Amino acid sequence: MPSLLFCGPKMAACGIVISIWGVIMLVMLGIFFSAKSAVLIEDVPFTEEDIRNDKNPPGTIYGLYNQVGINCFIAAAIYVAVGAVSLCQGHLVIARNWLNGQHYSFRFSSLDLHTNSG
Amino acid sequence: MGSLFRSEEMCLTQLFLQSGSAYDCISELGEMGMVEFRDLNPSVNLFQRKFVTELKRCEEMERILGYLLREIKRADIPLPEGEVNPVAPLPKHVLVIMEQLQRLEVELSEVTRNKEKLQKNLLELTEYTHMLRITRNFVHRSAEVGPTYEEFPFLEKDSMMDYSSMQRLGAKLGFISGLIQRRKIEAFERMLWRVCKGYTILSYSEIDEYLEDPDTGEPTKSVVFLISYWGEQIGQKVKKICDCYHCHVYPYPNSNEERNDVVEGLRTRIQDLHTVLHRTEDYLRQVLNKASESVYTWVIQVKKMKAIYHILNLCSFDVTNKCLIAEVWCPVNDLPILRRALEEGSRKSGATVPSFVNRIPSNDTPPTLIRTNKFTSGFQNIVEAYGVGNYREVNPAPYTIITFPFLFAVMFGDLGHGVIMALFALWMVLYEDNRKLKYTRNEIWNTFFEGRYIILMMGLFSVYTGLIYNDCFSKSLNIFGSGWSVNAMFKSGNWTWDSTLRTNAFLTLDPNVPGVFNGPYPLGIDPIWNLASNRLTFLNSYKMKMSVIVGISHMSFGVILGIFNHLHFGKKFNLYLVLLPELLFLLCLFGYLVFMIIYKWLAFSARDSQMAPSILIHFINMFLMQGDGVPPLFPGQVGLQVFLVVIALLSVPVLLLGKPVYLYWLHNGGANRIGMYRGYERVRRHSEEELSLMRANDMEEGSVPSDLSTSREQQKEEFDFGDMFLHQSIHTIEYCLGCISNTASYLRLWALSLAHAREYQHTTSNCILY
Repeated sequence: MPSLLFCGPKMAACGIVISIWGVIMLVMLGIFFSAKSAVLIEDVPFTEEDIRNDKNPPGTIYGLYNQVGINCFIAAAIYVAVGAVSLCQGHLVIARNWLNGQHYSFRFSSLDLHTNSG
Repeated sequence: MGSLFRSEEMCLTQLFLQSGSAYDCISELGEMGMVEFRDLNPSVNLFQRKFVTELKRCEEMERILGYLLREIKRADIPLPEGEVNPVAPLPKHVLVIMEQLQRLEVELSEVTRNKEKLQKNLLELTEYTHMLRITRNFVHRSAEVGPTYEEFPFLEKDSMMDYSSMQRLGAKLGFISGLIQRRKIEAFERMLWRVCKGYTILSYSEIDEYLEDPDTGEPTKSVVFLISYWGEQIGQKVKKICDCYHCHVYPYPNSNEERNDVVEGLRTRIQDLHTVLHRTEDYLRQVLNKASESVYTWVIQVKKMKAIYHILNLCSFDVTNKCLIAEVWCPVNDLPILRRALEEGSRKSGATVPSFVNRIPSNDTPPTLIRTNKFTSGFQNIVEAYGVGNYREVNPAPYTIITFPFLFAVMFGDLGHGVIMALFALWMVLYEDNRKLKYTRNEIWNTFFEGRYIILMMGLFSVYTGLIYNDCFSKSLNIFGSGWSVNAMFKSGNWTWDSTLRTNAFLTLDPNVPGVFNGPYPLGIDPIWNLASNRLTFLNSYKMKMSVIVGISHMSFGVILGIFNHLHFGKKFNLYLVLLPELLFLLCLFGYLVFMIIYKWLAFSARDSQMAPSILIHFINMFLMQGDGVPPLFPGQVGLQVFLVVIALLSVPVLLLGKPVYLYWLHNGGANRIGMYRGYERVRRHSEEELSLMRANDMEEGSVPSDLSTSREQQKEEFDFGDMFLHQSIHTIEYCLGCISNTASYLRLWALSLAHAREYQHTTSNCILY
């Protein structure tokens, strides 16, 4: 069976970090959009028509708010998926390194001699 | 732990070390780490000093240790994690370590060489096996073709000679077989064809697996070839061509039985070689494993030894050659520790005569020592980047612990980002003992890691200023409820649903209408400003004024700190002739500006905001001495302004001439107390200038200027009025211009906080929400 591993250790770590940030931020944004915070009004895609043709103000705007909130939650779910994939890749990388007998995937080089220091 | 307020009091001491116990005493002093040695042999060349051979030996050991470390890293052996801090070894142990290291080096290089030879051997045997295997196929193939030697369809017609004619000429059929790199085979074939003109037959076939090229170590593909030729001369030519193309030629067996024997023999030899190689690698790993346990200890021991010999080179021998004399700057508070260290050293070396310490008076300027811990050292380093303070001057570093992160936070001003920054710094602080984080060689990471406490403070302060600016990822948080109400504009104001809203793109909330403005937001900027289109107009005014206030306060504080310096050095006249004019200049001009800002905030409300005067115009008018065009801020403003400008202008010549004239008068007054002032002034001035030229290195700079300065002469010099006047005029110009330009540059607090908010806003709208 061909290897499922398609990214290296650094990309997996990158993916995990970005996914965590994305999930937290998008979930919070989703909550704030659902709570119809006024500060986010610029990010809600409403037009002049929406305001003018509104039978029950501000029902249309509220509906748009909810829509954007749901979009945020969906994006957060996608980030969860990306995070899960990165986590799997990270585990596969560690397993591959273990099999190859190499136990450190990041090596910081340690104490070195300065042969010309006083 | 010494005080951070001012640098420590130092004294010059002379150490008399018995030559037998000198090494141990210096080792103890090194562990203590609080003294600075002066070079007593400045004229002696590096190579002529006394302990040169020992230093050379240390460097030899360092070289071997470097080689060992490289080999250990290459073999991927893990090094021990713990913190080791061994003391320097005694001279008698040094030979043992040296011998161990040399033995290790010899063994390692021998084993590595053997391994390489064995690997080369193995490669040759493998190639030979491949060659025999593949040429067997050639023989089988040509056996089928066999008796058609008479007709050579691929030979040129004109040089055709058949097998029988060759035999009649007595030419023998010869074979050359070997391996060649795949990329050379075509050129090889063409060369053979051109040179031997068809008297040779070349058959070749590629090997499937990759073999390692012995020279470069890369896997390459090789081709097995078999050349059959007639005649000795052709044979020579073929051999020469093979040499040219760097072929590996192996003897071709004459018969099948011989071939089988050779193959058998090769197989056994290859197996043996594999075993031997395996054992060699195991042995190598064992040796490196054993070395890796103590390699760090050795590294530190050798470093300490080298440092001790370097210091010993700085000392001088006395006449009897039995005693080493060293001159050392030591903090006064640490003298008992110094004595104890010397006793310890003498005891360890089993000396009969103890080494002792003698404090000697000196007129040189001692070095500046400020004791810091891991938290304060970052801030002290930042301050010292601008210049190291003079001896016993007030240290500006403890105030920067607060002002530096605070000013950063004023510019950063974002709650969300501040939290992230603080968390990152907290992670670094909690894991600061982790060896991997501490000793990495990445420069950028090292910079962040060294400043982890600074970054933590900056993050925490940014959280605070983020709350004040009400900015979290460039959106406002509505924690307490906004103080503005739009509804009141409809109820009590003159807005209507149909006409006002439909015909106007922008509407202004009027705080004079009752109910619209219900009082200021409890903490920070009201969140409604995030929805306002004139948000920047409001914020710019607020932030610029705040920057000016913060700037003037900061600068006044710095000037006032000078009081402590003047009082400590006993120069009371400086208080009246330098500090007072400086403060008056600063406060009369810019302090008055701050006063105007605060007065305007307090005196004018929303009701008379139309008539609120512009502070900028008033400030300009103050300098131009005009006051008629605009209504005054408060009664008597014009008179007050004229008075303040006159005082500020008068303080400049006082600053310029006061101190030189006073000192000249004192000098010519002829009192006895001049002597002390003059000499001290002279020494202090020299060290000021020289210190300001040298870079910060907390213990190093004391020695050089004190050697050059007039330490041994007594107060016989002339009071140099010209020099003093020049110095003071430079100071005056610098101060006055600096006041103005630094005040203006505090406006960067406003500019950067503006840029930060806009930057993040653009990032979010472009990247995330699209």
